[in-house]
Amino acid sequence: MTEPTWAKVHYPKIDFQDQYYYSAPKSTSAPSSLDEVDPQLLETYKKLGIPLKEQELLAGVKSSQVAVDAVFDSVSVVTTFKAELKKAGVIFCSFSEAVREHPELVKKYLGSVVPQSDNYYAALNAAVFSDGSFVYVPPEGVRCPMELSTYFRINEKNTGQFERTLIIAERGAYVSYLEGCTAPTRDENQLHAAVVELVAMDEAEIKYSTVQNWYPGDKNGKGGIYNFVTKRGDCRGHHSRISWTQVETGSAITWKYPSCILRGDYSRGEFYSIAVSNGYQQVDSGTKMIHLGKNSSSRIISKGIAAGRSQNTYRGLVSAHRKATNVRNFTNCDSLLIGDKCGAHTVPYIEAKNSSAHFEHEATTSKISDDMLFYCRQRGLSSEEAVALVVNGFVRDVLQHLPMEFMAETQKLIGISLEGSVG
Amino acid sequence: MLEIKNLHVKLADEDKQILKGLTLSVPKGEVHAIMGPNGSGKSTLAYVLAGRDGYEVTEGDVLWNGESILDMEPDERAAKGVFLAFQYPMEIPGVAGLTFLRTAVNAVRKKRGQDEMTTPGFMKFVKEQAAKAQHRRRNAEAPSQCWVLGGEKKRSEILQMAMLEPTLCVLDETDSGLDIDALKIVSDGVNALRSPDRSTLVITHYQRLLNHIVPDKVHVLADGRIQKTGGKELALELEKSGYAEFTGKAA
Repeated sequence: MTEPTWAKVHYPKIDFQDQYYYSAPKSTSAPSSLDEVDPQLLETYKKLGIPLKEQELLAGVKSSQVAVDAVFDSVSVVTTFKAELKKAGVIFCSFSEAVREHPELVKKYLGSVVPQSDNYYAALNAAVFSDGSFVYVPPEGVRCPMELSTYFRINEKNTGQFERTLIIAERGAYVSYLEGCTAPTRDENQLHAAVVELVAMDEAEIKYSTVQNWYPGDKNGKGGIYNFVTKRGDCRGHHSRISWTQVETGSAITWKYPSCILRGDYSRGEFYSIAVSNGYQQVDSGTKMIHLGKNSSSRIISKGIAAGRSQNTYRGLVSAHRKATNVRNFTNCDSLLIGDKCGAHTVPYIEAKNSSAHFEHEATTSKISDDMLFYCRQRGLSSEEAVALVVNGFVRDVLQHLPMEFMAETQKLIGISLEGSVG
Repeated sequence: MLEIKNLHVKLADEDKQILKGLTLSVPKGEVHAIMGPNGSGKSTLAYVLAGRDGYEVTEGDVLWNGESILDMEPDERAAKGVFLAFQYPMEIPGVAGLTFLRTAVNAVRKKRGQDEMTTPGFMKFVKEQAAKAQHRRRNAEAPSQCWVLGGEKKRSEILQMAMLEPTLCVLDETDSGLDIDALKIVSDGVNALRSPDRSTLVITHYQRLLNHIVPDKVHVLADGRIQKTGGKELALELEKSGYAEFTGKAA
């Protein structure tokens, strides 16, 4: 296999022999609650704008419970709320535990959406992955009683992270899953090649949200995470539904295309994306909606914001199989440019192999005007607050699809990522 | 008190002089009107007061309460109490009017060393200010139409003015594009904000706005300078004779 080179990203060749494929946190006995987690680690979370503590508080409120499975480097450290999930029959655990406790499920589904030969980085992941998250929601209308959430964090110097996530929603089940990623500052470029597989059976629904703020490198473009991720959902059953929501603000390079294979008749795929790039970040992201089932439908809303000297590309495929009649897609790609040294690009691939397909594509590119900035500043906003406000308005359509608990946090995160974008 | 002293302004990237020695003071508690023909520098004056990029002050100074504001950023001036009601207010796509208002109010409060407002506190404040500014209209014949929801950009501009509690209000041709009813509502809003510790500068083309907002003084601006200053009756004279006298002088 060879490394993919078609994306609009540039980086020095990666020496795959020089990567660390496994590292464990120093305290090897897993703490049983958040209280036992090293306070310094919690402090890092806080500084990075992902307050685990706050989530714990949120989790205390009966109506909005959040279960957190924190993955520190490659070993899962904390898993909460297991008991309550167990009552509903939901399995939410680290991958290593799933292999031990539920081998029949892992064997049945692992690699069934993203086979090991899928692409270069998926193959790398399949070869070396050591942990990740596993979710199984049993059949006949089980609704997962809370938002499931996982944090991945690259902690050790020079380690890559190659985690794997597998989520299965059986007939009529519903689950909402949020993944947050953070990484502290490191000089070297770190490699992250994860694989996420989702399987939705008949009438099942999976909502997968990502908030990613890996270290993007310093202001000269040195360091930062290479985020080469394969995410794919399989709408295997009829009337199944998979929805991807992503907020990408970090990483030096983002290469990811959360996709839906719309295999079931009347299945539905959704992709909502906010990609913010600043400094020397490079983003090449988008989705694939592969319509195989009859009457399947999909919707893509992508908002790209480019500032500094960054390059922000939307790349997407919408295709209808010969036998997939009456399928529909609506795509909307908007780009916002801040300053005059960044770039926004849209590369849509649209393939309809039968004449009943109904595909729509809309795209706009705009700049934040000086008039608008002056107006905001006259009203007392600093230039950074003004940009954050305009950008948050721009991404509102997507923000609404994030779980409530994370909306405010995301708005702040977008503001932080764009700091220093207006001179 | 606002003091503009011998202000000379040119466009930053063009060799075009717009203000050529403008001198003017507006004491606290007074409302002054600036009238003048197209291209006389009225809007430039408003933008320079608010600190917009693209203009270069080549001579003179602008003092607000004895302090020069020319080196301040626009948001610092806003924190010092400078408010500009725009001729063409902006809407920020995807940002609700109330969200914008709250962001602005809290930004200004923070810079003034006040606490940020909580959501209930803010909502109460909006209702109070909206009711105050709308007072006369409600007494008259008004259908119970909410100011904020009314959606009219200029009205929301006046509501912003009330909410940000400025001490220097500059209205840049706020009357343009308004029908008579809207003109009245906007004027009522401005009048409700008259107070002994606030200076107001109303820039307009037409005398009709000054029937509603009665000024203490009227200045005629032509060719980048104040050509004449008088009482409110000056506006009526201008309505009859036009600006020919001043533009003639200029040419």
